[in-house]
Amino acid sequence: MATSGTIDPMLPQPYLVREVFKETPDTFTLRLDPENAVNETVFRPGQFSMLWVFGVGEMPISISGDPALHNRLVYTVRSVGQATHSLVNQRVGNGVGVRGPFGTGWPVEAARGRDVIVVAGGIGLAPLRPVIYQVLQNRKDYGRLVILYGGRSPRDLLYRKELAKWARNSETQVLVTVDYGGQSWRGHVGVVTTLFKYSRLHPARSVAMVCGPEIMMRFVIRELEAMGLSRDDIYLSIERNMNCAVGFCGHCQYGPHFICKDGPVFRYEQVRALLEKYEL
Amino acid sequence: MEPLERIIGEHPFFVGLADDFLSLMVSCAANVRFKPGTYILKEGDAADTFYLIREGKVALELFAPQHKPIIVSTIGIGEILGWSWLLEPYRWKFNARAVDDVRAIALDGKCLRNKCEENHDLGYEVLKRFAGIMEQRLDATRLQLLDLYAVGR
Repeated sequence: MATSGTIDPMLPQPYLVREVFKETPDTFTLRLDPENAVNETVFRPGQFSMLWVFGVGEMPISISGDPALHNRLVYTVRSVGQATHSLVNQRVGNGVGVRGPFGTGWPVEAARGRDVIVVAGGIGLAPLRPVIYQVLQNRKDYGRLVILYGGRSPRDLLYRKELAKWARNSETQVLVTVDYGGQSWRGHVGVVTTLFKYSRLHPARSVAMVCGPEIMMRFVIRELEAMGLSRDDIYLSIERNMNCAVGFCGHCQYGPHFICKDGPVFRYEQVRALLEKYEL
Repeated sequence: MEPLERIIGEHPFFVGLADDFLSLMVSCAANVRFKPGTYILKEGDAADTFYLIREGKVALELFAPQHKPIIVSTIGIGEILGWSWLLEPYRWKFNARAVDDVRAIALDGKCLRNKCEENHDLGYEVLKRFAGIMEQRLDATRLQLLDLYAVGR
């Protein structure tokens, strides 16, 4: 818990919705500011919060904003159920309860001096966006930044303006693909793994951070390993049904780990055997 | 060394190929260019050529009656376009359209096919290399079919 002072991690803090931005037909980005100035929130890229819509329920959502901006939490939420539907339909000025941030983060600090490969599928780009912000804000501290992003179709792509902006940075390569491209789409068509052959990487000095559906991540890992990346340099964000977010309830148990506390970001080697288990 | 020979020799697809086979490839090769929107291959046409894409992007499309063509995948720099020249009935099964300015090396598949029949060592090398590409594309297609980013996945 990285909020100032000592706050009960089970107690939601009051935040206000300051902005709601429609990213795609079913995905929205919300900006929340603390209702009380004392609730300054600091987070690490990859962490998540429990967002509570009063009268509806609580849900774990990854933080997708800029970690350098304190007092501001940004979440990109796909409306897939009652709780997320209610969350994305909040109006500016409405109150939302926030617990957290929770969990481990991406190894952005440890990656200083190295190339960073970000591989995202669908809404998996949201938890990785803080990594991109942090690397770009400290550009000289890192080697190449390669962003490989796959979406379902052009209209399902997140942060399209930012993707174009990121690509203009030095030593930064942004490759985007969609599974289904219409006639007006002039980019790549195919799954995200097909982008690796266009990427300019130095596997021996790279750290890979991967987020997306687990099947996608398995195929991405094969590509990364085939390119020569060490298993210790591959990090994944694992998603399960998180409830208490502090490792008490056991809802998100994943083998010997609690995803809410020990994850959601894991080094591949930590979870490799679990990814191959059908029961998990 | 001729530039074409260098380009072909350095391409991952041809790396490790014996010099005499490489020379044979070069003798079947020519530089080509396609403007955006040009059809490089048309479904049903005789498949006698394949391409090594050097610049630009090519959309593989499937014709669908009463619909706009469906883009199945794109092929980009460094990739091989077309293998129907290798397998009967030697007809293209998709359209291939240049998305932007495309520079490529065209290789005479019909000529190479005959050489492969005459020299099975060459034929095995060629088939082995194309089988690798087919496997990669099959894997990618299977993953694409899963529709991983759909709601409920």
